[in-house]
Amino acid sequence: MKHLLSAENLDRDTATALLDTADHLKRTLLGREVRKLPTLRGRTVLTVFYENSTRTRVSFEVAGKWMSADVVNVSATGSSVGKGESLRDTALTLSAAGADCVILRHPASGAAHRLATWLDGTPTAVVNAGDGTHEHPTQALLDAATLRERLGSLAGRRVAIVGDVLHSRVARSNVRLLATLGAEVTLVAPPTLLPAGVERWPVAGISHDLDAELPGLDAVMLLRVQAERMHGGFFPSAREYSIAYGMNETRLRRLPEHAVVLHPGPMLRGMEISSSVADSPRSAITEQVRNGVHVRMAVLYHLLAGEEHAE
Amino acid sequence: MTAVAHTATETTTPLLIRGVRPYGEGEPVDLRIAEGRIAEIGPGLAAEDAEVLDAGGLVALPGFVDLHTHLREPGREDAETIDTGSAAAALGGYTAVFAMANTDPVADNAVVVEHVWRRGREVGLVDVHPVGAVTVGLAGEKLAELGAMARSSARVRVFSDDGQCVADPLIMRRALEYTKALDAVVAQHAEEPRLTVGAQAHEGETAARLGLTGWPAAAEEAVVARDCLLAEQVGARLHVCHVSTAGTADVLRWAKRRGVRVSAEVTPHHLLLTDERLTSYDPVNKVNPPLRTERDVTALRRALAEGVLDCVATDHAPHAPQDKDCEWAAARPGMLGLQTALSVVVEALVRPGLLDWRGVARVMSERPAEIAGLADQGRPLAAGEPANLALVDPDTRWTVRASELASIAGNTPYEGMELPAAVAATVLRGRVTAYQGGIRA
Amino acid sequence: MAPRPRGAAGPVDERELLSAGDVARTIARMAHQVIEKTALGSPGAPAIVLLGIPRRGAPLARRLAARIAEFSGHRVPVGVLDITLYRDDLRRRPTRPLESTRLPDGGIDEALVVLVDDVLFSGRTVRAALDALRDHGRPRAIQLAVLVDRGHRELPIRADYVGKNVPTARSEQIAVLLDEVDGRDGVLLRRRSGEEVASP
Repeated sequence: MKHLLSAENLDRDTATALLDTADHLKRTLLGREVRKLPTLRGRTVLTVFYENSTRTRVSFEVAGKWMSADVVNVSATGSSVGKGESLRDTALTLSAAGADCVILRHPASGAAHRLATWLDGTPTAVVNAGDGTHEHPTQALLDAATLRERLGSLAGRRVAIVGDVLHSRVARSNVRLLATLGAEVTLVAPPTLLPAGVERWPVAGISHDLDAELPGLDAVMLLRVQAERMHGGFFPSAREYSIAYGMNETRLRRLPEHAVVLHPGPMLRGMEISSSVADSPRSAITEQVRNGVHVRMAVLYHLLAGEEHAE
Repeated sequence: MTAVAHTATETTTPLLIRGVRPYGEGEPVDLRIAEGRIAEIGPGLAAEDAEVLDAGGLVALPGFVDLHTHLREPGREDAETIDTGSAAAALGGYTAVFAMANTDPVADNAVVVEHVWRRGREVGLVDVHPVGAVTVGLAGEKLAELGAMARSSARVRVFSDDGQCVADPLIMRRALEYTKALDAVVAQHAEEPRLTVGAQAHEGETAARLGLTGWPAAAEEAVVARDCLLAEQVGARLHVCHVSTAGTADVLRWAKRRGVRVSAEVTPHHLLLTDERLTSYDPVNKVNPPLRTERDVTALRRALAEGVLDCVATDHAPHAPQDKDCEWAAARPGMLGLQTALSVVVEALVRPGLLDWRGVARVMSERPAEIAGLADQGRPLAAGEPANLALVDPDTRWTVRASELASIAGNTPYEGMELPAAVAATVLRGRVTAYQGGIRA
Repeated sequence: MAPRPRGAAGPVDERELLSAGDVARTIARMAHQVIEKTALGSPGAPAIVLLGIPRRGAPLARRLAARIAEFSGHRVPVGVLDITLYRDDLRRRPTRPLESTRLPDGGIDEALVVLVDDVLFSGRTVRAALDALRDHGRPRAIQLAVLVDRGHRELPIRADYVGKNVPTARSEQIAVLLDEVDGRDGVLLRRRSGEEVASP
């Protein structure tokens, strides 16, 4: 694996290897006072974020630091990035400056793919930390790690992804990865928040009725609804959305006992999820965050702790 | 229709083209060309004092006419100029091109269109006809001075806001009505802007997978249907730019059957490429309207062969490297087309048996000349007719290399592709403008 | 996963250095040495922990513990110490999968840790193991047991218990086979035909 650009490109073996590595790392670090491994000593990892996302950036930063990589945060405001330099020039500059890995968050779909193309022939690896409405593969990996932990295996497990599928990179990555790992995914959303052509995705079903789906599920994955969608006419009101697609106590009771509730965060409490559900033991939201670090360590390990590819 | 006047005084050495097959039919014959016209056609003509061009069985077609070219001058001379764009046109077999109005400044007044016209004449490789903007600044709000442009020395007969849709139905109605008096045509870029906010790719499976905002087919089809009804209502002529969907072809078939005076063009890329190419996120494939599906490509080919679509127009759209070598959303839409159009048409229609060489002459020369009212273009290959010719080698194959194209920009989607057939020579009013891949200035 | 043999093209000569019986006898002998050298069971002797280094060090440590129990009557805690994350040669090979580290319940603080591996070569694995151990606790002392010492040390490291010393050429390979991993026991010397070999 030279880059991690999308969950779509992850085959079952690679995805499983990443999850296994994350699991090993988690257990290796469990209960330790000093959570520092020397594995990536001397390797330079840059987080380059063109969108604000404290949680994802911090997660990558901690992952890199726990493996002793030198992590440098390049923010869009504090560098030439903010002065209109092209993404291509930024990429070439960062690579020339010695980046072993660039972790990119960008509002344009495909930005990480483009970056990887421009860095072809250099040893710099690219990790997609979210590109527009395309993919967010490490989020899908941490969700899969969390579900594996809670449910044992993903094969044959039934997972509903609920909400704004149309604009969600989390949904796209999860649909691909969960399908690769053998889970059955049902998308639950109003038709306005489902992309045209969604019926050709590797999903077991598409539904507009959350209540009907709940009893058969092993997990519910809620997506965030961004403020601009609420004003974009995709649904009449936050209230109506919440009534139809929000996860609340009543719905929680309709889920089987073992079923898990996930949310990529940040949550809109009261809209996508009620506070009592978010804080209930059925919710795996804090585990998701914790697993995020281990999954990202695993990704860095697989990208940076093997032979160089560009020789 | 008024012919666009050309000074017929260009003195050229007489030319004898030996051994061509007009429309790819029959035994090779010779063409004697003098005073910018075909003087004589027949076997074994004597050379006399003429320059001899040995064509060795090439297919002779009337010089191509492109209703839709972006030459980028004035404003973006880093991507293309009238000089380099004219060279690309000549090398592609064109003897007339229509330069779209979305320059900087916009060609929405007589001064700009006359400038473009004059620069085209100075370069002299192809007749450059400026297209005038329909509305001031392409803003879609206020009609530009269409009459002044029509009466200028550029004699504008095609008006378009291409790049932008004349979305307001009332403005469109007025434009259609007003141009009736000018014997001109409005060429509509059909795109309902409210349906394409942020659109980046054909709305469908590929865009959904790649997370690109969809450009729904209905955004084109709805505007074409509306404009056909408006044109019918006011009795005006309408031309539809770059038809890209099967549904638009259906709408046009219906409208033509109804007797609406509508014509339509399709680009070479919409006849060959599909949105599956987008998977690489390489913006060389970004174009507006976007690449569609295999089903659309098939329907467009059939509609062109049937005559529902009248002609092929390149939508040649050069862009500077920095406008393409970037992330998809930031890239400008458009593709080079002038030098690859003939080969793509051969690949997409001639080889599958949908068009013969007469058909190629119809869609690349005769119909576009008629639509634009060019009396001296798209004429039959006959004695006494203007000597505007494209000589085509039907049997060769070539590999497209952006670096070898005449345009300043290199944004060809066909890079590295091997395509059939090539333009061996282009003759503009008896003068060879391009010969074996080189320009004859 | 076993390290991939490098340049495994051409025909390979293979010679058996230890048979299955030899392996069993060698482990038994090492068990006796451990009991003796650590004064196992005697008053004041430190607690002993065997830590196998994956892959083959792990089953080797278990077998050694079984022999020790058999000969001395003392059950010695056994664990697994994966040192991959501490290696300094990760970039010379394709990405290695991680193995689990499992320390005995009592931990390793103040214990005498005996690291167990199949082959001692450059010493880099052992150094990585020493680094890894430091992150897991503070043993009283650390010793090293290997089934085969093939020489070519690149670090000032020596084993406390050696099953068999085998002088080798650098180009040769030592393959330790264990039933738990490979389906049979044995130690093989492999070299590509035509290569110069230092005489044993």
